[in-house]
Amino acid sequence: MTHDHHHPHDHPHDNELDPFAARVRALETILTEKGLIDPAAVDAIVETYEHKVGPRNGARVVARAWADPEFSDWLARDATAAIASLGYTGRQGEHMQAVFNTEDTHNLIVCTLCSCYPWTVLGVPPVWYKAPPYRSQAVINPRGVLAEFGLKLPETTRIRVWDSTAELRYMVVPMRPAETADLGEEELARLVTRDCMIGTGLPLRPGSLSPDVLWPATGTAGTAP
Amino acid sequence: MNGPHDLGGQMGFGPVAPEVAEPVFHADWERRALGVTLAAGALGAWTLDESRHARESLHPATYYAASYYEIWIRALEVLLERHGFVATEEIEGGRPLWPGVKPKQVLRPGDVPRVLARGGPCNRPVDAPPRFGTGDRVRTINEHPTGHTRLPRYARGKLGTIEAVREGFVFPDTNAHGKGENPEHVYTVCFDGHELWGRGGDPALTVSIDAWESYLEPA
Repeated sequence: MTHDHHHPHDHPHDNELDPFAARVRALETILTEKGLIDPAAVDAIVETYEHKVGPRNGARVVARAWADPEFSDWLARDATAAIASLGYTGRQGEHMQAVFNTEDTHNLIVCTLCSCYPWTVLGVPPVWYKAPPYRSQAVINPRGVLAEFGLKLPETTRIRVWDSTAELRYMVVPMRPAETADLGEEELARLVTRDCMIGTGLPLRPGSLSPDVLWPATGTAGTAP
Repeated sequence: MNGPHDLGGQMGFGPVAPEVAEPVFHADWERRALGVTLAAGALGAWTLDESRHARESLHPATYYAASYYEIWIRALEVLLERHGFVATEEIEGGRPLWPGVKPKQVLRPGDVPRVLARGGPCNRPVDAPPRFGTGDRVRTINEHPTGHTRLPRYARGKLGTIEAVREGFVFPDTNAHGKGENPEHVYTVCFDGHELWGRGGDPALTVSIDAWESYLEPA
């Protein structure tokens, strides 16, 4: 399947797929023949994280917080329960904390020790989030990291980095963009990108809506099944 | 352990290189790697802490050369061998040779939605009251255990402030090694840029970690 995928950037870690693909296939075969895993369960897991659980969930949480001050307060106080009220619960979202950007402070999420990430609201993490460059630099040079994402904050803006070293999982609630007073929740949700909920981006502005590319992480961006 | 995984503050890995319109998976084997890893985890033979420790125990040269799903699979092979499900010869030969340990439970497709939606909460009651309160000044311990720990090297021996007192959580340092859950209170501890990174640190930077109580001493 590797011929179906092209790499717009140099990702050396992901280029040598074929020998390892055979190794994964062999392992799955061994486990299946021994009755340790059910391949249909593997299919169901993949289907869940490729098509059902992704950053759309988090975008709905953020949009609700923007639209409903009471929900926003609840999200700040008990994110796990507030997020569960929208139907998002489970693996790698058992203990949630929402962190809110302000005029003074920008939040950024990382896991320096592994790849901890709020799956229930953002899906499985992107490659760069799990790779050494981001994990090493986010805590020591966050402004340099943000610049790579095209985000330049004023030097006076405080940066708060949350290193997910325990079982709390963080999501960033960005500030609501200007000129969105007349937008409904569904339209607001379309402004909320995955990266702005990690802290490596800001929400889209209303004029820049481009639904086809808003959700690259949900598997609709030309990925062969 | 001071393993290859403990990356905070390291240098020389190059640019982050965020990918435009990144797909969820870059190859079909990554789909299977995710699904097989979670399905095997559902056997219930090891904890998340043990699986994290298996990943960080890979040789540094292997760890840094591998993509994250490759790290998962290599660690999964270790766990499967350790718990008697699969033998080295089987993995090397790519086919089953012996029955191996019988599983207590196997994840069926009909159970997947429920199991994923339930997750694996690891908060636990702790009888003792929290030793620290919000606003307390603390210093992280400067210890270098050879086993699993979740106190990153860059934040050891550092002066910080308790921002939040969390619930009790399973203690990974023992749980990863089958030595019990031993839950402790967890605290969100803030450090400023200069404390962590010296004079060159960003003066407008605050970094927090979530620290189990025994990682902290009063300051």
